[in-house]
Amino acid sequence: MATEETNQLSLDDKLFTVRRKTLNQSHITLDERLCSECLNRICTYVCPAEVYVWDEAAKKIDVRYENCLECGACRVACEAIEWANPAWGTGIAYKNS
Amino acid sequence: MTKCEVVIVGAGPAGIACGYVLAEAGVDVIILERGQYPGAKNMFGGIFFADQMNKLIPEFYTEAPVERFVAKKHYALLINDSEVSLNIDSEEHKKPPYNHSYIVRRSVFDKWFAEKAKAQGATIICGTAVTDFVWRDRRIIGVTADTADDDDNVLLADVVVCAEGANSMLSEKAGLRNRLSMRARCISVKEVIELGKDVIDERFGLTAREGAAYEYFADATPGMLGDGFIYTNMETLSVGVGVVISELYGRRNPPSPNQLLDRFKNHPCIRPLVKGGKTLEYSAHMIPMDGFRNLPRFYTDGLMLVGDAAGFVNNSICHEGVNMAMASGIMAAETILANRQERRYDARALRQYEHRLKNSFVLQNMKNSRDFIDILRTHKELLNNYPHLVQDVITSYFKVSDVPKSTVKRDISRMLRSRVSVVKAARTVMALMRGGI
Ligand SMILES: Cc1cc2nc3c(=O)[nH]c(=O)nc-3n(C[C@H](O)[C@H](O)[C@H](O)COP(=O)(O)OP(=O)(O)OC[C@H]3O[C@@H](n4cnc5c(N)ncnc54)[C@H](O)[C@@H]3O)c2cc1C
Ligand code: SF4
Ligand code: SF4
Repeated sequence: MATEETNQLSLDDKLFTVRRKTLNQSHITLDERLCSECLNRICTYVCPAEVYVWDEAAKKIDVRYENCLECGACRVACEAIEWANPAWGTGIAYKNS
Repeated sequence: MTKCEVVIVGAGPAGIACGYVLAEAGVDVIILERGQYPGAKNMFGGIFFADQMNKLIPEFYTEAPVERFVAKKHYALLINDSEVSLNIDSEEHKKPPYNHSYIVRRSVFDKWFAEKAKAQGATIICGTAVTDFVWRDRRIIGVTADTADDDDNVLLADVVVCAEGANSMLSEKAGLRNRLSMRARCISVKEVIELGKDVIDERFGLTAREGAAYEYFADATPGMLGDGFIYTNMETLSVGVGVVISELYGRRNPPSPNQLLDRFKNHPCIRPLVKGGKTLEYSAHMIPMDGFRNLPRFYTDGLMLVGDAAGFVNNSICHEGVNMAMASGIMAAETILANRQERRYDARALRQYEHRLKNSFVLQNMKNSRDFIDILRTHKELLNNYPHLVQDVITSYFKVSDVPKSTVKRDISRMLRSRVSVVKAARTVMALMRGGI
C-alpha cells in the first residue's frame, strides 16, 4: 500500500489509477516458438506495466494484456510480439497525464 | 465506403494542427483518433513549446487549459546522493508570451485543441484505430479502421496524413521505415502526484501561475542513457523518467521502467520535492530517438508522415517534440493546399513537403543535434564518471576543514589527473560541441 511519507505505490496500485475499458480479447499475440529459445526475455523488464511474466511451470510467457498502457515498447524490443491497438476505443483513457 | 479529401490518422498536436489549417482553408478533412477522446492515450513531460500554437491561435494561453508557464528551469546532474545543478530564473520569461513555454497535461490540452479544429470545420472521429491503408496501383488511397460496424470500415481520401505518434505501425506498413529498433525509442513513465498549489509554490519558490521545469541527468537513470523530470502543474507534479530501450537490453538485473521511476522518486534530492503527495495517475509513452541520420522517408504516393511518426523530436537537453509536431503538421497541410487545384498527391508532388521541412527549424535543428545522442552512447564516461568527478571536486573544495585551500587545490588537481585523461576529455568535449549540444 501507499505510504504517505515516501509516496511509493506498488505497481498494482499504480495501474489501478488508470481508467480503462477492457475487451475479453487480447490485442497482443506472441510467437511462442521464439520464446522457448529466448535467452534475454526483455519483455519481462521493458514493459512499464509488467504485462509479460515468465511462467516457469508452463515454460511460456503469460500475457496480462488487460494491464497494458499502450506504449508500444514491447513490440519495439522483441519481434516475437505482435501488438495492435485495442479495438473500438477500448484500453486506457488518461485523465491527468 | 465513405470518401473525403484528406484523412489524418491521430489527434495529437501534429494531426490536429494539420486538420486545423486544412479546415480553415475549407478542405473536407477527417481526423481519426483511437482514443475515446483526443488526449485519452497521450502523455508527455511536459512543456508545450508554443510558438507555432501562438501563431495559429494568437494568445491561446489566455483560454487554453494551461497549468503554468515555465518561470524557472533547473538542470541537474544527480550523483550518488547529491546533485550539481544550474538554475535559470529569468524575469524576461515571466512576461507574456512567457518564452513560449507552458506546462500542460495532454489528456486535457489535446481535447481543447481538438475542439478548436472542430470549430474550423474539421471532423474528428474518436474510438477508431486505423489498422491499415487501402492501396490502388501502389498508391495509398485511403485507410481501414476497426469500427464496430464492419461494413463501413474503409475511408477513402485524396491524401492521407499519418500523425500516429511514436508507436507508428502505419509508417512501417507504408514501407517508409523498417520495424522500429530499440535504439530508436526511449520508454518513459510518469506519475502525476497531487500536492496542492500552496505546497508546490513553497517547495519550488513559485507564485501565481509561475511554474518550474526540473530536468535530471546522470544517476536519474544510473549508467544508462536516459533522464528524469519534474514539472509543476497547478495542483500536481508530473514526475517521470525515460531510458533508451536498448540500454535495458542485456544488462544484469535490468530494472523495469517502473522500478527506475521508484528509484528516482526515492533519490535524496527528489524525495523532499514529492513527499506526502498522492499519485493520481501512472502513465507510459515512448519518445522517438531516431536522430537525423535514421529518420524514415517522410512521404510516398498519397501519404505524408508528420510529428513523432516521422521521428521529429530534438533530444538534446530536453525533449522538444510538440513544436516540431505542430510545425510538420502545418507544413503537410500547406503542401496539400499548394497541390489542391490539380488534386495531385503522388510522391513527386509531395516532395514539396520535404523541401518545406528542410527549410524550417524542424530538420535544421534535427541536423544540428545529429550527433548528440550518439556521443552520449559511445562516451559512457560522460554519464558514469565525469559527473561523479565533478561532484568529488566540488565536495572537496567546499569541505569545511583546516586544510589550506592551496593544498586542497593541489589534491584536486592530482585527483583529476589520475581519473581523467585530459586528451580524452578534450576530445569528448569537442565531439559534443560538434554534435550540437
Ligand atoms: C515522457 C515524455 C516527455 C516529453 N516531454 C516533452 C516536452 O516537455 N516538450 C515537448 O515539446 N515534447 C515532449 N515530448 C514529446 C512530445 O510529446 C511529442 O513529440 C508529441 O506529442 C508528438 O505529437 P504527435 O501529434 O506527433 O504525436 P502524439 O501526441 O503521440 O499523437 C498521436 C495521436 O495519434 C493517435 N493514434 C495513434 N495511432 C493511431 C491509429 N492507428 N489510429 C488512430 N489514432 C491513432 C494517438 O492516440 C494520439 O492521439 C515528450 C514525450 C514523452 C513521452
Ligand atoms: S516475447 Fe520476445 S522477449 Fe519475451 S520471451 Fe518471447 S521472444 Fe523472448
Ligand atoms: S504496449 Fe507497453 S504497456 Fe503494453 S504490453 Fe507493451 S510494453 Fe507493456
